[in-house]
Amino acid sequence: MASEAVYSHRDPMLKKRDDFEDILEERRNCSDLRYALKCYTPVVYKGLTPCKAGVLKNMVLQSDQLHYVINQVSKETGKAPEDVQEEASAILEEMAHRMQLSTVRFFAFTLCKVFKTLFRSICVNEEGIQRLQQAIQEHPVVLLPSHRSYMDFLLMSYILFTYDLALPVIAAGMDFMGMKIVGEMLRMSGAFFIRRSFGGDKLYWAVFSEYVKTILKNGLAPVEFFLEGTRSRTAKSLTPKLGLLNIVMDPFLKGEVFDINVVPVSISYERILEETLYARELLGVPKPKESTSGLFKARRVLSEDYGSIHVYFGQPVSVRSLAEGRVNRCQFNLTPRHIPKRPSDDVHSFVNAAAYRLVRAQEENMVLKPWVLLASLLLQNHHQDLDQDRAAGPERGMGLDELTEEALWLRDVCRQYGAFLHWPDHVPPSEVVSSSLDLHRGLVRISEGRVRLAVEHAAGPSGPGVHPGAGPEEQLLNQAVVVLSCASYRNQALHVFLRPALLASAMHIATSSNKQEVFNSFSFLRNMFSNEFILCPGATMQDFEEACFLLVKTGVLQITEQEVLSTHRGHRTLAFLTRMMDPFLQGYQVICMFLCEEASEALTEKTFIPAVRGFMVKQLLSGRLRYTEVLSSDLQKNALAALLRLGAVLKTKGADQTTLKVNRVMVNSLEDTLGGKLPTQKAAVARL
Amino acid sequence: VIEWTPGGIPSIHRVSKSVNLNSSYLKKKQCFTGQMQEIMKWNGWGYVDSKFQFNKKGQAEFTGKRYRLSGMVMPALKEWFESTFGASLQHKTPASAIPNSSAVQPPILNEAFVEDLKSTGIPFSQDAEDRVFRAHGHCLHEIFALREGKVGRVPDMVVWPSNHNDVVKIVELACKHNVCLIPYGGGTSVSSALECPPEETRTIVSVDTSQMNRILWIDEKNLTAHVEAGIVGQELERLLNESGYCTGHEPDSMEFSSLGGWVATRASGMKKNIYGNIEDLVVHIRMVTPQGVIEKSCQGPRMSTGPDIHHFILGSEGTLGVVTEVTMKIRPMPEYQKYGSVVFPNFEQGVACLREVLTLITNVFAGHALKPQKFYITKFKGFDPNRLCVATLLFEGDRERVLQHEKQVYDIAAKFGGLAAGEDNGQRGYMLTFVIAYLRDLGMDYYVIGESFETSVPWDRVLDICRNVKERIIRECKERGVQFPPLSTCRVTQTYDAGACVYFYFAFNYRGLSDPVHVYEQVEHAARDEILANGGSLSHHHGVGKLRKEWMRETVSRVGMGMLKSVKDYVDPGNIFGNRNLL
Repeated sequence: MASEAVYSHRDPMLKKRDDFEDILEERRNCSDLRYALKCYTPVVYKGLTPCKAGVLKNMVLQSDQLHYVINQVSKETGKAPEDVQEEASAILEEMAHRMQLSTVRFFAFTLCKVFKTLFRSICVNEEGIQRLQQAIQEHPVVLLPSHRSYMDFLLMSYILFTYDLALPVIAAGMDFMGMKIVGEMLRMSGAFFIRRSFGGDKLYWAVFSEYVKTILKNGLAPVEFFLEGTRSRTAKSLTPKLGLLNIVMDPFLKGEVFDINVVPVSISYERILEETLYARELLGVPKPKESTSGLFKARRVLSEDYGSIHVYFGQPVSVRSLAEGRVNRCQFNLTPRHIPKRPSDDVHSFVNAAAYRLVRAQEENMVLKPWVLLASLLLQNHHQDLDQDRAAGPERGMGLDELTEEALWLRDVCRQYGAFLHWPDHVPPSEVVSSSLDLHRGLVRISEGRVRLAVEHAAGPSGPGVHPGAGPEEQLLNQAVVVLSCASYRNQALHVFLRPALLASAMHIATSSNKQEVFNSFSFLRNMFSNEFILCPGATMQDFEEACFLLVKTGVLQITEQEVLSTHRGHRTLAFLTRMMDPFLQGYQVICMFLCEEASEALTEKTFIPAVRGFMVKQLLSGRLRYTEVLSSDLQKNALAALLRLGAVLKTKGADQTTLKVNRVMVNSLEDTLGGKLPTQKAAVARL
Repeated sequence: VIEWTPGGIPSIHRVSKSVNLNSSYLKKKQCFTGQMQEIMKWNGWGYVDSKFQFNKKGQAEFTGKRYRLSGMVMPALKEWFESTFGASLQHKTPASAIPNSSAVQPPILNEAFVEDLKSTGIPFSQDAEDRVFRAHGHCLHEIFALREGKVGRVPDMVVWPSNHNDVVKIVELACKHNVCLIPYGGGTSVSSALECPPEETRTIVSVDTSQMNRILWIDEKNLTAHVEAGIVGQELERLLNESGYCTGHEPDSMEFSSLGGWVATRASGMKKNIYGNIEDLVVHIRMVTPQGVIEKSCQGPRMSTGPDIHHFILGSEGTLGVVTEVTMKIRPMPEYQKYGSVVFPNFEQGVACLREVLTLITNVFAGHALKPQKFYITKFKGFDPNRLCVATLLFEGDRERVLQHEKQVYDIAAKFGGLAAGEDNGQRGYMLTFVIAYLRDLGMDYYVIGESFETSVPWDRVLDICRNVKERIIRECKERGVQFPPLSTCRVTQTYDAGACVYFYFAFNYRGLSDPVHVYEQVEHAARDEILANGGSLSHHHGVGKLRKEWMRETVSRVGMGMLKSVKDYVDPGNIFGNRNLL
């Protein structure tokens, strides 16, 4: 497949990354006010003809594109064109940013204060900044940061202001606008607001896309949006959304600009502000509606230590070179370019492939902290404890030395896989471990030299959010909060291990070590989990080869013409990798089980999550399920999406709701393939 | 339109002609072969005596007496040349002095054909110089090779038919003896159309139509003239002017290109807005093909008789036969002419203005040429000298209307921020189109190579295509190791209701490159890809030849190719007209 060129086989060890510089350091030594009021003269796009916000709105409203759609809508609805024009104007009014340098300065000043209290450092790769500066001058720029926190876009603008770079115009969800003053202030610092869903609304789409394109084509400002569409609550990258990416690539494909530079930005937080909030959300406690007062309630947050942030500005990617040989731009020659058209198949698959490639680029440049490794190890240990019925005994958890040793081992594996790991090599390992544990003390317990997750039992001292005397279900959910919080750190490293781990699991479920069979299993798992993880469409072969390459290189596997064999010394790695995938395998299995056994005819899209959750809680309480993290609604949604994609579940749209129709035979066979049967019941798991 | 040297039109042929326009058949003149190359450069553009050069003081001058520019010294040119290309007068790349006959392969002769040809009395030659002269057009790689004294496959013979019947005989003999014919008109091709296919093993005969250069009759009632197809543009205009007429067809190459060549490539002239392109100007075409003569039975101004067979001939690029005679529309010479020019703050405004002018007063305005370049004018207040652009204008017609339209145009221009910049600039602009080809030869003396190429594109794409192609050229040069920033510019030369013709000029200093022509070709190839990707056509009027063949299928579709192929297969099953252009 064509994706071959995009996802070429890389030797991870050859990856070269830039050094970081802490931008808070200077702030701690000089006046914040002077900083906020500094002379700000960013370099601009070479082809820029500067224009005011009002002029921009006129350009949009008078564009051929919009005129066309206005006439179309007017014909379809029978409304007068002037009225539709009014509507368009109102949409634009609601949407448009009103960037003001004074507001930006206000934010710069405030954020200085906030950042300094929250974070130890904000590290930015300066070379990336220089590349960006170059890119901004040459071509219109699109900034694509990863999205893990509300903080992301304020942080982005803050960094760009600090480095005297052009401030971006940012696509933000309409829910922010609900926050009265803050919404307006965000608007004045460059945010523009889009409705979360506007599926069939032609006019809205036309105004929106024309607005973004006008800014981009004229190089008025870098356009920033989140490829993942929303904040990832799990710290795993989300399947990219293509809407905005389609829009920003359009001017290039139609020849309206020579090229567009797309810059993936990876923002990694050592400790996420929304940590437990996310876990609760995933467990079904609905997300509080963004409100200004809610934001201030978060003030408690201000008193804690959130470690450091690493922001990596990736290599600008030229859309022109991405499209080279993949999209025939002549396809736009035969209709006027202002008439909106659905993207053709080749454009769609190009944009999709590009989106995956860009998310991969974000993943690869995401800095991993030692804690990420510790969280992975502690989670696995937690589950082993459950297995071996020592969850409450004195042997539970890991000895500090043991943890340190394992972490060092994992560090080396990680590095061999090409991870962007920031392990301070000049600090003694035991100190690295203890300081990491200290920063995340809410999630771990250290007693008698042993470390474990802060998952407490009825008898134990209460951890965060654990109320003694609560019912078993509530206790379970409280434990799940800790487990999911921890898992969100492990998830940061998932992309590093993903391909080898899929291979390890494939070997586990394959009936023999025959290479073809292992590949088939790998391919099955990869397909099954392609809504769960970032797996580039059509790159099965490359992923398999990459996994083989890494595991052979590190001496874990021997691969002959016919067979895939594990080596003696590879056992440890394989065990670690399979354990990493296990929660997902089990989660998908239990969902299949639910659909086969429990799901009623009346199951709808809306009731799916609560029903699954209820089923799982029962299973967990009865001890038939081991992994509390399967309670994550993210996993449940992804599994459903996968089953829908595979045709094992069908959607039927009714009058007021969408019902789910289960193909039991297929679901059942998927479940079997995922691992045959669920692990046998352990009667005496006295966890609760 | 263009003022020639005080001495009038230079004579290409040594033979003096007595032209009797009232008789339907002109006095038969003696045939002299091969005189053309005595006054024309063999390895560059135009007349031997006319060229740009730097004199001892290092100032540029234009030699000869033929053009208004001749004998003039242009001190600014050196600075422009040096600063644009980073070229230096110290670094010369002179052409090899004389055509090297020993480099030319001995002719492959089909003796039986030669014998039969002799018996017809049609003059021919196997002289190396004659053959080399007709083995090329004016593509960069062709001229570059000649300057280095390199010669590839050349025609084995040259024949000079002097009328339609001679051509019929030649084609019959060619079919009989299976020799390959390549029609040759003015030799100004820029599409590798005249290159001999190296794989051709048959005798290649260049059919030089230059002796078929008479106006056979003029019909004043119907305003048509019947002309032999070998006549070159300036000769045709001169002869018609003597009778008070003109064709109005003035391609940049009109000094040298021939009527038959125009028909075979679908030529276009700079005054096409008034007079039309070649396809609008022809009323009747006569072509000799291996299957016989193709022509229509009458001279009706328009017919509904199936697809117009003229359109199989127009643009056939010598693959089907030899165009021998053409009936063309003529017009009385314009009573009044006036040049003009407008300077715009930028290219965008200039293009918008051209478009507007066109929609308001089609038919009269014959303006063209936009140069986003500070070529002549730089001292207008408020205009960024790096961005301003100049439009040159030419008005023709009766005096009153010319003046009226002139005013209208300047009023429109003013709306687009344009300032009238005088008649002189306009006239100079037009003159430049004729001498610009000489400029390339100057560059080639100093490590600078370049070329122009054209496309046609809808109005809404004009600015996008200009920006993207220019940028692509710059980027490709950089990527291919060109040490100096290239000249990459463009102008709009023709306007239509639905779009415009855009010319790109591309040149660079090739010092430090081991294979400059290859680099040039790669960049031009990339530029053409970019043109097509931006909605431009493969060619507006230069034709396809062999240079742009690879894009034909995507340009006209698979079925379209099949149609063209089947015509070729019927008309010329033996591939007698084997120049392998187009298909």
